[in-house]
Amino acid sequence: MPILNKPIVFAKENFGDGFEKGLKMKPIDIVLAVRESGLKGRGGAGFPTGTKWMLAATATAEKKFIVCNADEGEPGTFKDRVLLTEFTEQVLKGIILCGYAIGSQVGYIYLRGEYDYMVNQINSAIQKLKNENKLGKNILGKDFDFDIELRLGSGAYVCGEESALIESLEGNRGEPRNRPPYPVNTGFMGYPTVVNNVETLATVPAILNLGSDWYRNIGTDKSRGSKLISVSGDVEFPGVYEIPFGTKIKDMLELVGAKDTKAIQIGGASGTCISAKELNRNLSFEDLPTGGSIIVFNNSRNMLKILKNFMEFFVEESCGQCTPCRIGNKKLLDGVNMIEKGECSVAYLKELLSLGETMRITSKCGLGQSSPNPFISILTTFGDEILATY
Amino acid sequence: MLGSELSDLNIEISELVEKHGNGRQSLLPILQEIQKRHGHISGHAQQEVARLLDIHPVEVNGVVSFYAFLKTGIRAKYNIRLCKTISCELANKASIAKTLERELGIKFGEVTKDERYSLEYINCLGMCDQGPAMLINNEVYTSLTPHKVIEILDNLK
Repeated sequence: MPILNKPIVFAKENFGDGFEKGLKMKPIDIVLAVRESGLKGRGGAGFPTGTKWMLAATATAEKKFIVCNADEGEPGTFKDRVLLTEFTEQVLKGIILCGYAIGSQVGYIYLRGEYDYMVNQINSAIQKLKNENKLGKNILGKDFDFDIELRLGSGAYVCGEESALIESLEGNRGEPRNRPPYPVNTGFMGYPTVVNNVETLATVPAILNLGSDWYRNIGTDKSRGSKLISVSGDVEFPGVYEIPFGTKIKDMLELVGAKDTKAIQIGGASGTCISAKELNRNLSFEDLPTGGSIIVFNNSRNMLKILKNFMEFFVEESCGQCTPCRIGNKKLLDGVNMIEKGECSVAYLKELLSLGETMRITSKCGLGQSSPNPFISILTTFGDEILATY
Repeated sequence: MLGSELSDLNIEISELVEKHGNGRQSLLPILQEIQKRHGHISGHAQQEVARLLDIHPVEVNGVVSFYAFLKTGIRAKYNIRLCKTISCELANKASIAKTLERELGIKFGEVTKDERYSLEYINCLGMCDQGPAMLINNEVYTSLTPHKVIEILDNLK
């Protein structure tokens, strides 16, 4: 399934010979071009890509690594699946360009186990680039060797967290590490490692082809460029859309044919739920950030059931390493079950909301820090409706 | 298991270790391949991998038990995994669950007596735009309806 509306960055013609142009530049100039473009990490956290690359490029180490994070596990997100199907070559070229820019020889693609059926396609794209001398030894006649290896996950959502992903690549349980030190300093096997989302890497050849200024002029001041959004739920046209940052919720809903909308979940299970009254808010790092998932709920939906589904997800996917996440999510789910039976006092509900705040600041990794988001936002926005039967 | 089967498994594992290397970072690819071929990773297989990678068997078991796709128990010929996450839930996953349970005569988490089918839930498959979705072994099926499910089951040989 291709991108449904008119693409901004992800149109084949935008990539041109960005790859070849990049390899003619000095490595440091690629880093500067990416920094100038204002590109931020597309996995959701939004760390400036150019800054990450600069840290890796200036690090002195015997080896450096690149990891393309294709462990797309956030409920409601499937844009990386579409990119890896429709723009496989640009994803690979983004990885190679990153390797050239920071001085690395090996890149890994960590693909979620659920996407096992895509392995052959990705491997044949890798082989094609090898045959064209765009991967392997002395790439395009330059003194630059680079290889890409495809590795699979095995059904653990937490491995989308960059340090858990690295643990998994090293052959361990996917339990997140303390950060700092960040992977860009101490990553795979202890070496500097750039971990970037599929979309981030795939954007780079287009930036090098059309220039940093072209990219900077898309989006808003604080969120440059475009974003791929996976839309599902109660809409007429589910699928992947590319929008400039700053797009209003109102326009997004119209684009996807959402009718009788009650609520919109932005950023997947770990994101925020807003009411359909907040139509003038916009998708950007400064207002509503998202790794690329929008799930729409219409007026027939029971918000408590939706919340229950999210909390069951987190109870199962918590790695269990730290207490706030392991026990906290269980307590929040128990609370949802109590509300369902009309047994949760309002005083206890307030306790649970405060527990959610505690989990946000005390959990070890992004999973635990963001898992109370749906609990807090759904009960804050739709509390009156949920407690109406009380 | 017969002694000869065990030694076949040992040979197979040593070939896998040769192919992927005996470093710790090869552990997951080796286990994934055993899982794919045999449908599970037996205690004996875990011990053998540990021996060849020169790590404690507990390390291997720790990894196997962490990942949802790595199993220790015998799996059926067809492992059916239905997505239960939100978008599939909204797309009426419940009707698919009911159909699967009725047609196979087992509940989620169970295996049919003839070890032909096992049924379980899985978290988000990334097919949210084409729900409800399920995996049968590693193949994905989307936009399911009860009728389509019956047809799919019929076509499994």
